[in-house]
Amino acid sequence: MLQQIVYAAPFLLTGLLTTLAVSVITVVLSLIIGVVLGVALVYGPAPLRWVVRGFSDIIRGIPILVLLFFVYYGLPLTGLNLQPLAAAVLGLTVFKVAQVVENVRGAIGSIPTGQMDAAKSIGLPFPERLVFVIAPQAMRRFLPPWLNGVTDAVKGSALISLLGVGDLMFAIQKVVGRTYEPLALYCFGAALYFLINYSLSLGSRALERRFSYISV
Amino acid sequence: MAPSRPDANPPLLRIRGLVKSFGQTHVLRGVDLDVERGKVVAVIGPSGGGKTTLLRCVNFLESYDAGSIAIEGQEVGYRDAAKRQRRSEHDLARMRAGTGMVFQLFNLFPHLTAAENIMLGLTKVRRLGRKEARAKALHWLGRVGLIDKSDRLPSELSGGQQQRVGIARAVAMEPKILLLDEITSALDPELVGEVLDVVLSLASEGMTMLVVTHEIGFARDASHRIVFMADGVVAAEGPPAKIFAPDQQSERLRTFLARFSAAHRL
Repeated sequence: MLQQIVYAAPFLLTGLLTTLAVSVITVVLSLIIGVVLGVALVYGPAPLRWVVRGFSDIIRGIPILVLLFFVYYGLPLTGLNLQPLAAAVLGLTVFKVAQVVENVRGAIGSIPTGQMDAAKSIGLPFPERLVFVIAPQAMRRFLPPWLNGVTDAVKGSALISLLGVGDLMFAIQKVVGRTYEPLALYCFGAALYFLINYSLSLGSRALERRFSYISV
Repeated sequence: MAPSRPDANPPLLRIRGLVKSFGQTHVLRGVDLDVERGKVVAVIGPSGGGKTTLLRCVNFLESYDAGSIAIEGQEVGYRDAAKRQRRSEHDLARMRAGTGMVFQLFNLFPHLTAAENIMLGLTKVRRLGRKEARAKALHWLGRVGLIDKSDRLPSELSGGQQQRVGIARAVAMEPKILLLDEITSALDPELVGEVLDVVLSLASEGMTMLVVTHEIGFARDASHRIVFMADGVVAAEGPPAKIFAPDQQSERLRTFLARFSAAHRL
């Protein structure tokens, strides 16, 4: 078994790097876009809120695989012909954005309205209220569900192998196709995914401790 | 009602015909109220009478449907009261910086220490440097008797201490008028005194205040004028001596005060 893994390792390494790269890009992009849309969902004017709410509800109601296939096979009919990797990143990011939007909404919604009142009453304009009063408090409510979602993104990225992106899952299958040793290789692949996500979990616990300023 | 006079010496706060509804509920049905500079005006009355809503409108934490609120002649929430053109966010923030508010539930910022709670407005709104802001924060913490708690988080303070920080946070901005919204209602009875003492000392220095309170005794002793609000209007108004004189009272006010003193003799 060890022999098979040693044989497969170099092939899996590039796959692993692709998985990591796609995950990082997806997480960063979705964080930026999701926070902006999440704030729009909470504080924006009504039409903007409806648009974001509609987007989030629709995307979260679609299986991630359907979304990926839609981007890769569906969008070319509208003239947008994406390479597998670009389609994968776009599909995963759209999916993650909808989650981040809800994480942000939940986090801000959990803050008592009196906090906004108090921030208004000392004369802080909206951006300052958001940055100095709401965000620091929302952070500790935002982190746990969001970090959970990050591991989801890494796991979900295995689906992009179905678009022909050479990620970890794709690499495993290729090697299995050659060696006919599925057990050893899938165990090894699972262990790699687990290692990524477990280190993320450890990191997230450290982050949560850092932001829990109220010792309840 | 104070007789309307020419604007030679207008009151600091002038409210005229203020109307506010939440859906079908008409909370304010045409409130007229003046607060002169350096005066303490207490607003009493039954729950649901619109007292808190009135106060929140003065700070534009609530918009209002009709009427006008002016501080030093400047309309609070609208550029043009008649046309209902809302002020810009920037303008609103500037107006609010001129009115301090203390809340029933304190609303301290839980992620900031006592001193930082006070410094936030000083640095971000008044644009003071950190050093200057901290000195000022410590000055006001000293005034409310909490100099030794400056680096504590709100969660480490008692209710009475939190509320005193709340007062310091509002006063440190040097507002033209201080709005107090039932600031002792959420406190244990033995903590009420320490908070009211702070208010009394501010009043003695000439701070203009509009105080919504259930502490009838405090209203009687500390205010220049008492406003009795019921059903969204000012039902009675006058100096404490007049409000508490039984032969001057309306049926409504008599019932309220009787019920109140009955409840407090328990």
